[in-house]
Amino acid sequence: MTLALLSYALYEALVAAPTEQTMGDVQRIFYYHVPSAWTAFLLFLINFVASVYYLIRRSDRADIIALVSAEVGVVFCTVVLVTGPIWARPVWGIWWTWDVRLTTTLVLWLIYVAYLMLRRFSSGSQTPLVAAVLAVFGALDVPLVYFSIWYFRTQHPSPVIGKGGSLDPRMAHVLLINWAAFLCFAFLVCWSRYRLERVRRDVEETQALEALLEPRSVS
Amino acid sequence: MSATSITRATLFKDLRLEWRSKDAINAMTFFSLLVVVIFSFSFNPTAEESRLIAGGLVWVAFLFAAVVALNQTWARELRNQVLDAYRVSPAPAEALFLAKALGNFLFVTVLEIVMTPLFVVFYRLRPLGTGWQLIPVAVLGTWALVVNGTFFAAMSIRTRSREIMLPLLLFPISIPALIAMVEGTTVILTGDASPRPLIVLLAVYDVVFTTVSLILFEKVLHAE
Repeated sequence: MTLALLSYALYEALVAAPTEQTMGDVQRIFYYHVPSAWTAFLLFLINFVASVYYLIRRSDRADIIALVSAEVGVVFCTVVLVTGPIWARPVWGIWWTWDVRLTTTLVLWLIYVAYLMLRRFSSGSQTPLVAAVLAVFGALDVPLVYFSIWYFRTQHPSPVIGKGGSLDPRMAHVLLINWAAFLCFAFLVCWSRYRLERVRRDVEETQALEALLEPRSVS
Repeated sequence: MSATSITRATLFKDLRLEWRSKDAINAMTFFSLLVVVIFSFSFNPTAEESRLIAGGLVWVAFLFAAVVALNQTWARELRNQVLDAYRVSPAPAEALFLAKALGNFLFVTVLEIVMTPLFVVFYRLRPLGTGWQLIPVAVLGTWALVVNGTFFAAMSIRTRSREIMLPLLLFPISIPALIAMVEGTTVILTGDASPRPLIVLLAVYDVVFTTVSLILFEKVLHAE
């Protein structure tokens, strides 16, 4: 079903959606950029909720959900950060600008990459707790990042941004379909990653148990 | 013992240790001195330019130097299993955290007091705005770095390669505080605008993260 929705969304985005007047076909990247951004933000929100839940209840499942949503969220966030400049180059004439949204997304990406690195580097049973604590810090940081950069940039206004105006309803339609497709895809990836992580943990647990039992059986 | 007296005892213990060894202060001061010299070679700024870049320069130097002290905060307690002793003792974790954060705050403040005249001399700085406003920016900014740094140092001693892990955690989270500090300093030096909103932002940042750290520190200390 996800596949069907994704291919339908692709068709809609590339063929059916009306071509934008001033920007031309480049604008079609919008149908990937925006849904990815929404999906990534949603996943980071899930990560935050799961982390808080873990801190309160110490549930193993919440920890896996937090891990999985951070991983997939970083992937979608990367898509946003890559497609953005591809669009910006022909439209704004530059690859990157230190605009508030761009910078906030970049900082968000940095925070969650740090989160994943922490999970990589920390050892054993402390990983979930330490990671959950960092997730809480990261989530609280996001509004502060936004305000600080907003202030920073109103001091030095950048010349390029021009958003606003209304969206053609047909475009909105395509956008929503793409978002639905991306959500399904994200959900699918998360779900399989969740299963994989569970199996991995089960295997590790069994191996640890076997290692404990082994010397006893030899002697 | 009350929480205050525990905080005081731990703080004085750390200060005495530092007073006798002077490890952190020496390393930090020399490190930031090197940063000052290297930056001035790489940019060779005029007085007007240095006014624009000095804010960023000073704080980046202090941030990197602070990491040196922060890394030692808890690593020092690993020897002789002092950290385990803290863990089993009935002393409240918040008191311990507060003592450590205050200790680091004092170290970094001393560093700033020593290094600021050097910065002024090397970069020919003279604030065009109201100079005393640098004090709240410095105090709030230092606390912002130190409170998060102390917390993340406690987290990173639980990882492999802990010396690298601390900056990896601290820098992304500190970005808003860093922006506010750098912008605030620059605005005061150039006298372009009022630094008041930036000071408010720093204060909010401090309140939020001090609260969260105090709440969550116990969980990190007792993590097993």
